[in-house]
Amino acid sequence: MSVTDEIYQDLILHHSRRPRHYGPLPDATHAAAGDNPLCGDRYEVRLRLDEKSIIRDAAFEGSGCAISKASASLMLDTVIGLSRDEFEELFRTFHALVSGETPSPEAVAQLGKLAALSGIWKYPARVKCAILCWHAVHSALAGQAHASSEEEFASNSL
Amino acid sequence: MNQDKTADEKPGGGYDPGGVRRQFAILGRNLAWLDNAATTQRPEGVLRAMDEFYRKHNANPRRSVHQLGTEATAAFEGARARVAEFIGAESPQEVVFTAGTTAAINLVTDGLARWDIGPGDEVWVSAVEHHSNWVPWQQAARRMGATLKVIPLTPEGRLNLDEFETGLQAHRTKWVAVAWVSNVLGVANDVQAVCRAAHAAGAQVLVDAAQAVAHLPVNVQALDCDFLAFSGHKMYGPMGSGVLWGKRALLEQVEPTVFGGEMIARVDEATSTWAEVPYRFEGGTPHVAGAVGLATAIDWLSEFPPEAHVYVADLARRAEEELAALPGVRVWGPRAERLSLVSFSVEGVHPHDVAQVLDSRGVEIRAGHLCAQPLMRRLGVESVARASFFPGNTVDDVRRLVEGVRAAQELFT
Repeated sequence: MSVTDEIYQDLILHHSRRPRHYGPLPDATHAAAGDNPLCGDRYEVRLRLDEKSIIRDAAFEGSGCAISKASASLMLDTVIGLSRDEFEELFRTFHALVSGETPSPEAVAQLGKLAALSGIWKYPARVKCAILCWHAVHSALAGQAHASSEEEFASNSL
Repeated sequence: MNQDKTADEKPGGGYDPGGVRRQFAILGRNLAWLDNAATTQRPEGVLRAMDEFYRKHNANPRRSVHQLGTEATAAFEGARARVAEFIGAESPQEVVFTAGTTAAINLVTDGLARWDIGPGDEVWVSAVEHHSNWVPWQQAARRMGATLKVIPLTPEGRLNLDEFETGLQAHRTKWVAVAWVSNVLGVANDVQAVCRAAHAAGAQVLVDAAQAVAHLPVNVQALDCDFLAFSGHKMYGPMGSGVLWGKRALLEQVEPTVFGGEMIARVDEATSTWAEVPYRFEGGTPHVAGAVGLATAIDWLSEFPPEAHVYVADLARRAEEELAALPGVRVWGPRAERLSLVSFSVEGVHPHDVAQVLDSRGVEIRAGHLCAQPLMRRLGVESVARASFFPGNTVDDVRRLVEGVRAAQELFT
């Protein structure tokens, strides 16, 4: 397996070149920044939740690598329409997948195209890139303004 | 195989990297190790010296009366003397063993600098400083109400010493902290000029020599700095070893920052007095094997012929030229002056992705902010990619680097 099979698949490259949901979200109700302290990358994630706490719209902006950008693009595509709890469950599944665990086939099915990032577990230094904007959404939903992928690095360190 | 190509091209006057390369078992994986500025690898001789210390001479130094204790003390103090000789110190007592450059700088900021700055005073750092020579000064200045000022860059990427000299204020500028060699731009700063100007204003200078010691002859008397800090692991020695050198009279003024065993003269219930310099700064059992490894690394690198350093600069310059010739690639820092490394950006490709593609081809470079975020902001980027060389690298390593960057461009753009 080469690096292009494992992490830089066409789907990932496509989303990194042309990320979806990229830009501002003027009527956002929740927002958080995500920092990757190793490379200085930073994203802003913005969400619009309805009165039932369903994510109705989402957007992200900032600079980062192909992995973090594609992951954010695919993730926001998937989480629009989800409740807070549904997001957290999806996050747990994604986290398990990119950490090299094997979630149930049903759980993985929920991830849809995000499963394209499953090979990242072989590159522990990049897991934090894949998960950066997930932390930011998690923080935004929890009412925190800031997330860092540093904890991710610690838990996945070589 | 790699060495043959190098011999054909003859950079560095025909210097052959094969002899150096063979001393690094880790390079047998056909790796192009181009992350020497982050940490070098260690030759067999250094590893063997550390192993031999533990196998044959291990004891707690400077407190044991037995034979092994005597040998451990001799090994530790012998290493101190070797370091002193290497940097041109007046005496081994001016050499403090630390865990590395960061610990060395923090000893100066916590143990001395913070006590003699206050509101109205200034501390200068240069725009190219590594976080290890920025954050300690930033925090000391913040805590004590002093002002942190920055030596700016010229458009070419050199320290703007005119602006520095104009900005110095006699009796107000107390400290200047400057890197000898930038870990991002790769060029040597004129630290002698910084020291001259700072001293004329009554300020003291700490030189961060972490990126210099493997590539430049070091003589603290000639530099005329007040403190000099460096790490063992960037000069073929072990991680966790490092040095703070200081002028004796200034070291006498530094307050200990790590209290405990080994650093005292006498302890009473309510008070203590300190051991002599430098022992008062080495609380706890020291990293003797680290010091032994560092001294062995000094012996080892001191045997490089002058051509080896020319060769490394040639490799860096070759990488600079070939990378800069690629469309969409920008090389940072003054051209054709680099000692050993080149930092670059690839348009449309994040440095981490460049590094990942290179890694898949066995070429190991560094990507990120390189612990120099203030400099990154001045350059207008979040992060860069960096290739850094040592005398065991080959022209073939440069070829693999450039081909890998082209492959990354093809993949992402």
